Amino acid sequence: MAVAEQDTAIRTGTGTRIFIYGILLVFALFYLLPLFVMVANSLKPLAEITGGNMMALPESWTIEPWKQAWSSAQIGVEPTGLKPYFLNSILMVVPAVAISTILGALNGYVLTKWTFKGDTIIFGLLLFSCFIPFQIVLIPMASVLGKLGLAGSIPGLVLVHVVYGIGFSTLYFRNYYAVFPTELVRAAMIDGAGFFRIFWRIMLPVSGPITVVCVIWQFTNIWNDFLFGASFGGQSQPMTVALNNLVQSSTGVKEYNVHFAGAILAALPTLLVYIVAGRYFVRGLMAGSVKG
Amino acid sequence: MTASSSTADFRTRLQEWLPKIVLSPSVAAMFVFVYGFIIYTIYLSFTGSKMLPSHDWVGVGNYVKLWGLRAWWTAIINLGIFATLYIVICTVIGLSLAILLDQKIRGEGMLRPIYLYPMALSFIVTGTAWKWIMDPGIGLENTMHLWGWESFEFGWIKDRNLAIYTVVIAAVWQTSGFVMSMFLAGLRGIDNEILKAAQIDGASNWNLYRRIVIPLLRPAFLSAFVILAHLAVKSYDLIIALTGGGPGRATELPATFMYSYTFTRNSMGIGAASAVIMLMTIAAIMTPYLYAELKEKK
Repeated sequence: MAVAEQDTAIRTGTGTRIFIYGILLVFALFYLLPLFVMVANSLKPLAEITGGNMMALPESWTIEPWKQAWSSAQIGVEPTGLKPYFLNSILMVVPAVAISTILGALNGYVLTKWTFKGDTIIFGLLLFSCFIPFQIVLIPMASVLGKLGLAGSIPGLVLVHVVYGIGFSTLYFRNYYAVFPTELVRAAMIDGAGFFRIFWRIMLPVSGPITVVCVIWQFTNIWNDFLFGASFGGQSQPMTVALNNLVQSSTGVKEYNVHFAGAILAALPTLLVYIVAGRYFVRGLMAGSVKG
Repeated sequence: MTASSSTADFRTRLQEWLPKIVLSPSVAAMFVFVYGFIIYTIYLSFTGSKMLPSHDWVGVGNYVKLWGLRAWWTAIINLGIFATLYIVICTVIGLSLAILLDQKIRGEGMLRPIYLYPMALSFIVTGTAWKWIMDPGIGLENTMHLWGWESFEFGWIKDRNLAIYTVVIAAVWQTSGFVMSMFLAGLRGIDNEILKAAQIDGASNWNLYRRIVIPLLRPAFLSAFVILAHLAVKSYDLIIALTGGGPGRATELPATFMYSYTFTRNSMGIGAASAVIMLMTIAAIMTPYLYAELKEKK
């Protein structure tokens, strides 16, 4: 995000400034409210939610809802808690992010430094594929995964996420490499360096920042995906699908505190990434929206 | 020709082909899994497929049926309400917060991440949180009663006519901070000299923004619109987590309609037709935008 010198500030009096700070704070509370509700209520016994005030801090603190959400809550028909689904998500996310990022880097390199006739069309088609509503591919994807024997499996989900993740990863690396001086690549070619040698020795060493951006973006998107997980997850459902099953379960008492703990568990990995590397997260969002 | 020069020849040719070989798996995947699948779904939308794909051609029958279905109309009207409010409110909040944050605010570094963090969450998490916050039994309504505001009522999520607005609230919560970031980046990109000149000319604050700053933010408006519009059309998870399409079918959107007709109501042909209409809507928004972006680059 740009941290440019700010001279755009308007000339304001004290009254206006108090007003501005007031509004900004009200909105900060608005954005923080659900997080507060989730955390506070995940640490309460159920009776304090059903018979008490959702906006109040716990009177008797407990981590029981967290334990239940993690290892014993009823998900679907099994009282497994969210743990196995958390592992499913990890097993799905790691290879999917790695593969789509590597392919994106290579594609971006080819599309900027080894241009050929028709490369813009290829890139345009890849770019458009980032934005399609995935409903348009659900039906054939279901039968193809079935035929490949990958239906309801982690490798099947990895395949789906790689295939539909390539567009964005290519976009990131292509835009990043586009401003990298082509003369350097030319010079290396004249010196006899080959395709992979140039990629390895010249492009990769400068690719750190964009790799972080791309990994964060893919990680967030794939971890948070629900549609593919619900459609093709089968026995290997990811975290989002399990959380939804937990919350929507119509049998028994609604254990709101367990739901909130589960929701935080599902949000934790992406939130952590955001807290640790928020700067890159913002850059990824921007690059995905303003194709520069 | 000697053997060594023909190997060298082969190696140069390999080098020439290598980039295309490296690109080809992705391109092949794209043509099969994106464009091939799109064509296949379009084909299915002209067949009488029920539970499984079938090949009996029914022409535009599915489209005629689709537009005669009350549930589809509900979904389309809901999308109209949701998309309009979502885009307008996100833009207004995003722009306002960006302008306010741009006034040399102390603590900007604290506020920005607070506004933006919802974007890192899954819509399922957002939906879960807001589902219980807006639940009249345990949520906001109950809290207000406990705080002594006995007549306070907020039961929209249980009301067929108002439930769609709860979806707007949750969706705005999730994305408006992101829109703020886009506008803030736009504001920071404006040349300060222009603003100083206008201030010296005696332009009032209001006029400065209305006449100069906001018109200069045109690209940010365009990006925000395109991103929000395409997110609105694709909205699925949030509905599932927040309202499950209910009460009744009051908050169905095209995405949830497509899923239930295809996979639970065994009308794959109609489901495919609805997916095609979703794709066409998004294509109508994205294609001109992407085309302009690509052309600009050349």
